[in-house]
Amino acid sequence: MVKQSQLKGWLYLLPAILFLGAFMIYPLFDVFVYSFEEGYNFASQSYFGTGSYNYAYVLRDPYFISALKNTFIIVIITVPLSTIIALLISLGLSSIKPLKDLFQTIYFLPYVTNTLAVGLVFMILFKKTAYSDGLINMFINFFGGKSVDFITGPYWAKMFVMCFYTIWVVLPFKILILTSALASVPKVYYSAAEVDGTRSIDMFFKITLPMISPMVFYLIITGFIGAFKAYSDEVALFGTDLNSAGMNTIVGYIYDMLYGNSGGYPSYASAAAIILFAIVLTITVINLMVSRKTSIR
Amino acid sequence: MYESDELNKIGQRAKTVKRIKNAFIYFCLAMWAVIVLFPFYWMLLSSIKSYATYNSEFVPKFYASSPTLANYADAFTAVPLGRYLFNTLFFTLVTTAVMLVVITLAAFAFARLDFKGKDLVFTLFLALMMIPNELVIITNFATITSLNLRNTFTGLILPSVTSVFYIYLLKENFAGVSDDLYYASKVDGTSDLRYLLKVLIPICRPTMITIIILKVIECWNSFVWPRLITDKSDYFLVSNGIQEIRENGFGRENIPAMMAAVVVISVPLIVLFLIFHKKIMEGVASGGTKG
Repeated sequence: MVKQSQLKGWLYLLPAILFLGAFMIYPLFDVFVYSFEEGYNFASQSYFGTGSYNYAYVLRDPYFISALKNTFIIVIITVPLSTIIALLISLGLSSIKPLKDLFQTIYFLPYVTNTLAVGLVFMILFKKTAYSDGLINMFINFFGGKSVDFITGPYWAKMFVMCFYTIWVVLPFKILILTSALASVPKVYYSAAEVDGTRSIDMFFKITLPMISPMVFYLIITGFIGAFKAYSDEVALFGTDLNSAGMNTIVGYIYDMLYGNSGGYPSYASAAAIILFAIVLTITVINLMVSRKTSIR
Repeated sequence: MYESDELNKIGQRAKTVKRIKNAFIYFCLAMWAVIVLFPFYWMLLSSIKSYATYNSEFVPKFYASSPTLANYADAFTAVPLGRYLFNTLFFTLVTTAVMLVVITLAAFAFARLDFKGKDLVFTLFLALMMIPNELVIITNFATITSLNLRNTFTGLILPSVTSVFYIYLLKENFAGVSDDLYYASKVDGTSDLRYLLKVLIPICRPTMITIIILKVIECWNSFVWPRLITDKSDYFLVSNGIQEIRENGFGRENIPAMMAAVVVISVPLIVLFLIFHKKIMEGVASGGTKG
């Protein structure tokens, strides 16, 4: 009887264990093996040595350096900016009553859309072609500026669209989380502060922000992780050949090494993936330490 | 008398300030709503302009003077958009269905059954949540390739039928159901599986529906894995299909037809969202991941 119930538990778990074992646990070890096998080749299934050459190669590869640079720029611009905008919008949302639900629903819409499909719309809005300068350039011209090709033009312009689109894509989640965090702050605190005649700006920094700071930190941490893994939004705007567009990201570099025209090098891809993981882990640990320190104070 | 007059004035001024503040807030919120909605409007608008009209507008117009549905016909005939849609639908349904079975059984084992090593395995499962997809996808690509499963639905589906996070979510939900029901059904001689199917699942239906919807959204939008594992357009999902259309579909400049395809791809999820928006937003707020 006892034995049977023991077995039963494992039987129920079996499918999950099989799938996770084959597609998560085994690969987790295997990626480290790959990353130390020098010159591993998919076609011949052979390699010529073991060592840290793959890491050295990746770290010297100009494509990787540029991917690293792009990713860091995206992270540094979009994470703080999107968090601040989301906070402002959520504060606005929580201070109104009529139309609140409608606004909330509209703001969440980008979360459910296919980012590759909508990215194409952003592309045509910003792109300058022989037929048309595009809608955004029309506005720029209207205000007296000169047309810029945001999709195949200068680096800063491409980076601008990139960051703009990324923020557009990540805001729904952040607004949703922050709005529900704001709604959970007990009203009593505000009433008490109002009796004391506290200014609203002080109320924000003394009551609201400390109350929602765990959620803000959660968003910053997940924001960092998400932004470091940026890839499909880039493809949506600039196409699959990100290297030639000069807009590749670390994840893009991994996939390019693995597959596609420049692919077939799982060892380099693995080394790059592990470097990415190390970066993300470091940043996350720093974030956690900062958030712990702040909340203790 | 004098004092109350003064007070009235102050009150009135506070009211005006508040009104101006409110108007400003509404203005800002409306602005952002426009920025969110505009791309959707633009894709619809561009998709009903004819090819000639679209290209003759050096300054794009905000309306379509002679709307046409020809682009939608093009989207389904010039490129295999129907095929992409069918593939995605099939992939989404099978993946979601298989995943539901796998996670329900696992969640039930963790929540209700007693066996040695349960806590250890559960902790291990939770630890797996921290593993980024990028780290395991390389080996998965090699595995699927060596099993000769590239360009098959099996290869597309297999790696995405488990989710530790959903197991965790469901387990918490199962564990919240009162023990009495379980013991009562035990007394009645109900088997564990029957109890799971007849009692637990109906009670936890809201959570299961949330999980289904979130998984469907994830499947419909998945891009990276399908891109690695398929290079025949017969097996493309919509994300890969739209990328293919962009790179060598209608010819580079046929943007109206491209936008028609974009609309067709976006509509199913938008409809799903309009029906279930409360549920989706609750689900994501209660522990979804970033978009």
